[in-house]
Amino acid sequence: MAQRIDVKDLNIYYGDFLAVEGVSMTIDPKSVTAFIGPSGCGKSTFLRTLNRMHEVIPGARVDGSVELEGVDLYGDDVDPVAVRRTVGMVFQRPNPFPTMSIRDNVLAGVKLNNKRISKSDADELVESSLRGANLWNEVKDRLEKPGSGLSGGQQQRLCIARAIAVKPQVVLMDEPCSALDPISTLAIEDLIQELKKDYTIVIVTHNMQQAARVSDRTAFFNIAGTGKPGRLIEMNDTATIFSSPAEKATEDYVSGRFG
Amino acid sequence: MSATTSITDDAGAVERTRALLTSADTGRRRTDRAMTVLIYGAFTLAVIPLVSLLWTVVVNGIERFNGDFLFTSMRGVFGGMDMGGAYHAAVGTLMITLTATVISVPIGLLVAIYLVEYGRGALARATTFFVDVMTGIPSIVAGLFAFALFTIFLGPGAKLGIIAAVALSVLMIPVVVRSCEEMLKLVPNELREASYALGVPKWLTIVRVVLRTSVAGITTGVLLSIARVIGETAPILITAGVSDSINFNPFDGRMMTLPVYIFSQYRQGPVPCREDALDCLVGINFDRAWAAALLLIIIVMLLNLIGRLVTRWFSPKLR
Amino acid sequence: MTTTDSPPDAKPGRLKPPTRRRNHGDTERGFSRVFRWITTGSGAFLLLVLAAVAVFLIARGLPALTASPEELSGKGGLPTGMNSLWDLVGPLVFGTLLAAAMALLLATPVAIGIALFISHYAPRRAASVIGYVIDLLAAIPSVVFGLWGGRTLAPIISDVWVWIAGVLDFLPFWTVNVTNTGRSLATASVVLAVMVLPIITAVSREVFLQTPTLHEEAALALGATRWEMIRTAVLPFGRSGVISAAMLGLGRALGETMAVLMILSPGILYSFQIFDSGQQQTIAAFIASRFAEASGLAVNVLIATGLALFVITMVVNMGARAIVARRKEFSGAN
Repeated sequence: MAQRIDVKDLNIYYGDFLAVEGVSMTIDPKSVTAFIGPSGCGKSTFLRTLNRMHEVIPGARVDGSVELEGVDLYGDDVDPVAVRRTVGMVFQRPNPFPTMSIRDNVLAGVKLNNKRISKSDADELVESSLRGANLWNEVKDRLEKPGSGLSGGQQQRLCIARAIAVKPQVVLMDEPCSALDPISTLAIEDLIQELKKDYTIVIVTHNMQQAARVSDRTAFFNIAGTGKPGRLIEMNDTATIFSSPAEKATEDYVSGRFG
Repeated sequence: MSATTSITDDAGAVERTRALLTSADTGRRRTDRAMTVLIYGAFTLAVIPLVSLLWTVVVNGIERFNGDFLFTSMRGVFGGMDMGGAYHAAVGTLMITLTATVISVPIGLLVAIYLVEYGRGALARATTFFVDVMTGIPSIVAGLFAFALFTIFLGPGAKLGIIAAVALSVLMIPVVVRSCEEMLKLVPNELREASYALGVPKWLTIVRVVLRTSVAGITTGVLLSIARVIGETAPILITAGVSDSINFNPFDGRMMTLPVYIFSQYRQGPVPCREDALDCLVGINFDRAWAAALLLIIIVMLLNLIGRLVTRWFSPKLR
Repeated sequence: MTTTDSPPDAKPGRLKPPTRRRNHGDTERGFSRVFRWITTGSGAFLLLVLAAVAVFLIARGLPALTASPEELSGKGGLPTGMNSLWDLVGPLVFGTLLAAAMALLLATPVAIGIALFISHYAPRRAASVIGYVIDLLAAIPSVVFGLWGGRTLAPIISDVWVWIAGVLDFLPFWTVNVTNTGRSLATASVVLAVMVLPIITAVSREVFLQTPTLHEEAALALGATRWEMIRTAVLPFGRSGVISAAMLGLGRALGETMAVLMILSPGILYSFQIFDSGQQQTIAAFIASRFAEASGLAVNVLIATGLALFVITMVVNMGARAIVARRKEFSGAN
């Protein structure tokens, strides 16, 4: 299921503005990779280029390449819709569709792809996805209730269930816990540990303890000043980044001296 | 997803991924394309009548659109005579609209001030709601109301410019309230507080600070609301009647306006000319209607344009 | 770690002004108090005007409601063969509703399409220009629409109606009559549809633009195409807004006078022959066409029909506004 991502010399522009410059990295399959760095350093922007979600913003474009298992996501014959189906995403704030029930939320992506799904298959998928997101036991009795009635942490796990129901190869998470309380955060972190058995996980986080807890590898992004492009400063095993980073800026950041 | 080569095989994995990323579902893509076409089509469909209407009005109206038309009335004009203009209608439109504006703007502005600066409680909620409801009053009903109101004072059958102005005011006040309200809400609270801090009483703060800051927006709102009522026909038709002569006094006698002029020319239809008549134009009434329509559209467009320019020039200071 | 704390900073600043504003009421004196009375009085006056509209219509329509059949068909100017007010008002209400409903049926899908075009399809800079173009449609006076509809559109579109009627005529149990002049309710409805298009578009556009980006992105991230994103995120979110927009358009179409008056060749029948002339008439156009010659009880009859129009449009508009208002509260709570 899980696949590796190779990024080579990626520049990201908004119109003429260079937002992120010269990122190259490799993301291993079946692992958790965390992106850390100060606000505005381009880590979320970069994350969005991994499933072409940045194209939603008018004027956004990239050069360089992002390869999923050797296939360039920006190749001519690649369909951005298929990319987003293959590389799922979970957002900063939980965003279940307010007009849909819990069950329909989980099935939302599948129904787009495959309009005719038998009821038993659908039931099975709802259960397995919700189990996969550690939510099944909490919601199994109210699948037809609206998803917006759940707590924030449950909503976020519902969004994860929705993302994994389409069977992606990679799951991107953009600060998935920043809107949640500590207990819900813990639940999501446990979930991430389980998900990495099947998926390649990339997570952006503001919280360095969280990066240290959940990730196998960590990438540190930084920005030289306002108006300057964000850059990848250093990427290594998480333990190394937090104990003996190669760069001074990384050390300053992880030790809390700035940012 | 169809490739089922061994997972460890590197080339196989690449192929599989490629298949995954390029597997565009043709059905879905077709639906997406079809909807895009439909939505572009909807827009085109709306532009067709607009272009057709503006084009016909310009082409048909330009012929008679000259000084003669603009500065003569219909007095003594009959049959297919190649003369007569819309001067009396332009005068009537000016007087009636002006009167309606004089009635509507103070009331509308005061209501807007009430809603923004004081409005709280049941009365304010009711006012907000019914201002919106009032924007939906059919114009002919406003005309009937003004007619019924004035029959009390003047008896039945009175046709005056002022009655039409009252009818237009009923239609205009809610529009003025809405636009002024929006503009007053844009005034930042800090300005009000700064004024209070200097010991300026509330009413002076509203007049000197709030109204002065939002004067451009209010001007725009008033111009746009004038543009909306200036084209009203039905309420004027039943309150100010039809006239062929110039009348500057809204309190005395019937008054013609441009929209009613267009309608009455249209209703007269083609002129039955004798075959040997040289100065008889069969389509003269329609020609006059088109020319008056052109004049009316020019006025309305100018009001809209000036209104928008006023905001564009003055509003950046506000934000 | 200071970066994480930035969002909460914004809150106290935004909450302050309303609490401060609440305090002035107590300290007013002198002209400030008078000024408050004047503005509050204006608000009350506005409600009074609306009430007066209703009261005057009822008072002046009442003689027609209470008059005997003989009086109505004599002095009341009812068309021959009618001997109660309802014989007149019934078909007129029918014609009004039929015309407005057809206009709405034509306009709503197109308006939703344009609104989506502006909110989600057109490039941002083009969108504002397009919005302006649609607003231009709203600025054109109804009498000009009537002139254009009667002189330009009717002769052209009559061929279309003849063709459609020819196709429909093959249906059993139903004869479709059609006029060659184009002066039918179908033509009037097309013009009405063009006239209500801007208001439906404007309201729908606002609602579509308010769709939370979160939900749009959620749909896109699941691999939705643009249309699928609109179907899963935008349309469900905007549904109540579109309904109220359509009702506002309905209110406009119900009360529109000139376009119908100048295009339709009227009749006072309960008739579904929308392609034929001399079949239906709307309330507003009926009043405008008869008012000049009417006197005495005939005026009361016209005002009574106007009252019917007033009641219908008020109900529709209040319904629409209630939906909008409830929506506002909804989004405000989030």
